[in-house]
Amino acid sequence: MLLSLGANPLSGYATMFTAAFGSLEGFSETTVKSIPLLLVGVGICIAFRANVINIGGEGQMVMGALLATAVALAFPAFPSFMLIPMVLMAGAVGGAFWGAIAGALKAYFNVSEILSTIMLNIVAVQFMNFLLRGPMIDPAEIERGTGIPQTMRLSENADLPILLEGMRMHLGVLVALLVAVGAYFLLWRTAIGFRIRSVGYNPDASRYAGISVPKNVTSALAFSGAMAGIAGAILVFGSESHRMVTDGGSTGFTGSAGFNGIVVALLAGLHPLWSVPSALLFGGMLVGANALQRAAQVPSALIIALNGLIVVFVVSSEYFKQRYAQAGRVEEPDDNDNGVIVTEGGNNE
Amino acid sequence: MKKLNLCLSAALLAIILIAPSSLLASGKALRVAIIAPSAKNDLAFTQSIVDGIKAIQKDREIELAITDGTFVVEDAAAAIRDYAKKGYDLVLAHGSQYGGSLKEIAPDFPNTSFAWGTSADTFGLANVSSYEAASDEGGYVMGVMAAAMSKKGGVGVVGPIEVGDAKLYVDGFVKGAKAQNAKIRAKVNYIGSFSDVALAAEAARAHMAAGADVLTGTAQMVVGAIGAARAKRVAWFGTQANQTELAPEIVVASQVYKWEVILRKIIADMDAGIKGGKKYEINLANNGIVIEFNDAYKLDAAVKEAGMKAMAGIKDGSIQSGASH
Amino acid sequence: MSDSFAVMIIVATIASGIRLATPFLLASLGEALGQRSGVLNLGVDGVMLLGAFGAYYAVLQTSNLYLGLLVGIGLGLLIGLFYAFITLNLHAEQGVSGIGIYLFGLGMSDLLFQKLVGTPRPILPFMPLEIPVLSGFPIVGEMLFQHSIIVYIAFALVPIMSFVLHRTTYGLNVRAIGENPEAADSLGVSVMFTRYSAIIIGNGLAGLAGAALAIELGIFQQNLTNAMGFIAIALVYFGAWSPKGVMIGSLVFGLVQSIVLQCKTFGVIPRSASDLASMAPAIITILALVVVAKRFKQPSALTKPYVRGG
Repeated sequence: MLLSLGANPLSGYATMFTAAFGSLEGFSETTVKSIPLLLVGVGICIAFRANVINIGGEGQMVMGALLATAVALAFPAFPSFMLIPMVLMAGAVGGAFWGAIAGALKAYFNVSEILSTIMLNIVAVQFMNFLLRGPMIDPAEIERGTGIPQTMRLSENADLPILLEGMRMHLGVLVALLVAVGAYFLLWRTAIGFRIRSVGYNPDASRYAGISVPKNVTSALAFSGAMAGIAGAILVFGSESHRMVTDGGSTGFTGSAGFNGIVVALLAGLHPLWSVPSALLFGGMLVGANALQRAAQVPSALIIALNGLIVVFVVSSEYFKQRYAQAGRVEEPDDNDNGVIVTEGGNNE
Repeated sequence: MKKLNLCLSAALLAIILIAPSSLLASGKALRVAIIAPSAKNDLAFTQSIVDGIKAIQKDREIELAITDGTFVVEDAAAAIRDYAKKGYDLVLAHGSQYGGSLKEIAPDFPNTSFAWGTSADTFGLANVSSYEAASDEGGYVMGVMAAAMSKKGGVGVVGPIEVGDAKLYVDGFVKGAKAQNAKIRAKVNYIGSFSDVALAAEAARAHMAAGADVLTGTAQMVVGAIGAARAKRVAWFGTQANQTELAPEIVVASQVYKWEVILRKIIADMDAGIKGGKKYEINLANNGIVIEFNDAYKLDAAVKEAGMKAMAGIKDGSIQSGASH
Repeated sequence: MSDSFAVMIIVATIASGIRLATPFLLASLGEALGQRSGVLNLGVDGVMLLGAFGAYYAVLQTSNLYLGLLVGIGLGLLIGLFYAFITLNLHAEQGVSGIGIYLFGLGMSDLLFQKLVGTPRPILPFMPLEIPVLSGFPIVGEMLFQHSIIVYIAFALVPIMSFVLHRTTYGLNVRAIGENPEAADSLGVSVMFTRYSAIIIGNGLAGLAGAALAIELGIFQQNLTNAMGFIAIALVYFGAWSPKGVMIGSLVFGLVQSIVLQCKTFGVIPRSASDLASMAPAIITILALVVVAKRFKQPSALTKPYVRGG
C-alpha cells in the first residue's frame, strides 16, 4: 500500500532521524516540540493515577494560553523576572480551572470526564475564537481592515529566553522538566499525591480511610489541567510569533498535543519521569516527519497515518515485552512500568 | 524498554516508510517554496496560490517546493525558517495566521524574499511583501447579481468565522445585494467553523427554509452547503476558486484569484534586486480577481448586465464595494 | 412573521436536527455496543473517516449508493477486526491504541483521497425517501418522514439494538462480559467471541456513520468528520450505554446545533456573539447530563483486558 508511492524507505528514515536528533539544532527543535507533549503527558499521568481519563488537554491548553495572554496584555511593562512567572502561573490557573470543571462534574454530578472533557474542548475553542476576533484582537487588524484573529505581538518581557544562542531551545524546556520532576514528587512524596493515587487505586478503601473521593478526583483533574495550561502558555511565549492566533480550531495552536500527550504518558507507563524520554521520542518523530515532508515532498497525510500506525504498533508490542518479562529474562527498569494500564471501571458512587 | 520499543517499532515502520526518491535537481532556476494550510488541490485558497506559481512556470523555470496541509502554526514557522535556511529565493507563507511568525523570522534571513497573505502588513521589513485579495469586489458583483436574480427576495450566505478574507467577501456580497435591491433579505450565517461540512450543509438548508433562493459561502467547509443547494436546485455563487465542477447545475459564477498577477511583480522586483517591502493586492481592475461564469448555467441577460455594470463601477472607482476599500 | 411561516421554520429546524443527529447516532450506537462488552474505542473518528472515504470513492466509481454504504461498513468491520486483535489478543491499552487508530484514519483517508481523487468531485446523494401515507401528514410528515434512507436505518437500529441487548442470549452475554468477564467465562460464555463480535459490529457501525455522512453530503474532503467521532463517544456516556439513551443524546446535540443555526440565520443571535452561541450544543449536553446523571453506572469491566485465570 505504502510502497505504491515509490520511495527509498531507508533514506527517508535517515532524513527523519537526522533532522530530529542528528544535530544540536535538530535536537533543539525536538526539545521545543516535546515541551507540550511532556507537560500534557505529565498531567495525564496525574489524572490516570486518580483513575480519570483526561481527553481535555486541548481545551485546557487553550484556556491556559488565553489567561496567560490576557495577563501579558494587561501588564506588558512588568520586568521579565516577574512577568514570565506570572504568565506561566496564569497558564496553570487557566488550565486548572478548565480541568477542575470536568473534575467537579465527575465528582459531584457523576458526569463522565470523557464526555465533559470532549465537550469542554469545543467550548474552549469557541471561546478562543470569540476572544481573538473580539476583545483581544490586535487593534491594528481592525485599523487595516484585514481582521486576522490574533493578538498583538505580546510584551517582549514575556518572551521565554533562548537557552542556546541562535537556536530555538528556550526556557520552556527547563520549565517542562521541572514540572515533570515536580509531578513525580507530588505523586510519590506528598500527602496530596498519596490521596490522589489512593483514590484511583481503591476508592472504597480510600473512603473508609477518610479520604474524600470527590475532592481528590477534582484536584487530580485540576493538576492535570494545570500542566496542560502551562503547556499552552509556553506555546504562546515560546512561539516564533509571540502572540496568539486562531485558524478556527485548536489543532493549529496545539498541534494536537492534548491528544498526543495521552500517548506519551501511557507509553511512559504513567510515570512523570519516564514521560521525558517518551515525549522526546514522540517530539522527535514529529520534527523528523515535518523535515521529511519538506525534504522529499512526502504528503503530510502520510505522516499522520504513519504516526498512528507507530502508536498502534508500540502499544501492541507491550504484550510481547510483558511475556518476555514474565519469562524472567528482562529486568523491569521501573516498578510502574507495567505497560498495560488498567483503569478501574466502577464509578465512585 | 519504552525507548527501545519505540525505536524498534519506528525502525520497523521505516522499512515500509516511503519517500519519493527523486529530489528536484537545482539549477539556475528560481527556487520558490509555498507553505499553506490546506491541501494543494483543495479547489480553494491553497490551490489558488499553487496555480499562480504554475502559471508562471509556463514561461520561466521555477523549482517549486510545497508544504501543504500545514495547519499547525508552529510547524509552518519551522518550515518557513527551514526553506529560508536552505537558500530558497522566495518563500510564500500563504496563510494570514503565519504572519506573526514571519515577522520574527524574516529579519534573520535578509537575503531571502518573503511574501505572505492575505494581509496588508509588511512589518516595515525590506524583505517581506504582503498580498491580499479584494474579495469584497467580487463579492459585491455577485451580490448584485444574486439580488437581481432572486425571485423570493432572499439571499443567504454561509460563512466560517467572521474574520479576514471571509469577512471581506461576505460584507462585499451583502453590500452588493442591498445596493441592487434595498429590500432584499440578505441573511448571513457564520457557523463557527472552517471545517464542519455537515453544519455548513444545514446552514444552507436553514437559509433555503427561511426563503433564500440564491446562496453563496466562503471557506473550505462550503462544499457541504453547495451539495445542499444542489439538491434543491438553488443557485450558488462561488469564491476563491471556480466551483462549477462541484455543482454544474447551480453554480452561476465564481470569483477566482489569479495570484500570478502579483507574483509576477514580486519576481520581477526580485530580479531587479528589490527583496520586498511592498504591499500587493489583486482586484478586479488588475485582473487578479476575475469572475468566471458557468456557461452551462442559463443566466438571465439582465442579471449579467447588472453584474457587469457593478464590475465596471468598481473598476472606475464609482462604486465602493467594501467597508475599508 | 405569520404563523404558518413560523411552523414551517420549526419543522425545518427539527428536520435539520434529525439529519445532524444521524451520524452521531450510528457511531455512538456502535461505540455503546463495544463498551457494553467492556472495550473502549477512542478511534471512532478515524474509522468514520475511512468509512466516509471508502463510501465516497465507491460511489464515485460506480454511482451505486448502496454499494457505498456497504464499503463503509466493510471498512469498519475490517478495522474492527484489527482493533479486536490488538486489544483482545495483544492487550494493547485501549485509550492509546484508539488514538493510534484515529490518527491512522485521519491521515490515511486524506492520503487516499489525494492519491485516488485529488480535486474534490461531487457525488449525488440519496433522494429523500418519503414514507407512503405518513409523509403526507401535515407537519409531522415533513418533519419525520421525508428523510434519506440512512436516517431511517439509523433510527430503526435503536429498537433493534435494544432488543438484541435485552432480549437475546447474545445481548445478555455482552452485558455480562462487560460487567464481570470472570463470572461469564465460568458459565461457559466465550469472552473472546463476544468481545470480538461486539467490537467488529461496533466499528462496522462507525464505518456506516462515516459512509452516511459522505453520501449525505455528496462529497469528501480532508477531515470530513471534524471530530464527530469524539462527540459520538461522549454521547455514549450521555446515553448511559443504552441505545435509547444515545438516541436522546444524539438528538439533543443535533437539535441544539440546528436551533443555533436557525437563530443565527434569523439574526436572533448578534454576529459578535456567534462563537459563544456555537458553544451551546456542548454546554447543553453537559448540563442535561448533570440533571440526570446520578443513577448511571458504567460497565464494570470497561477498558480491562481479560486474562483467563489472571
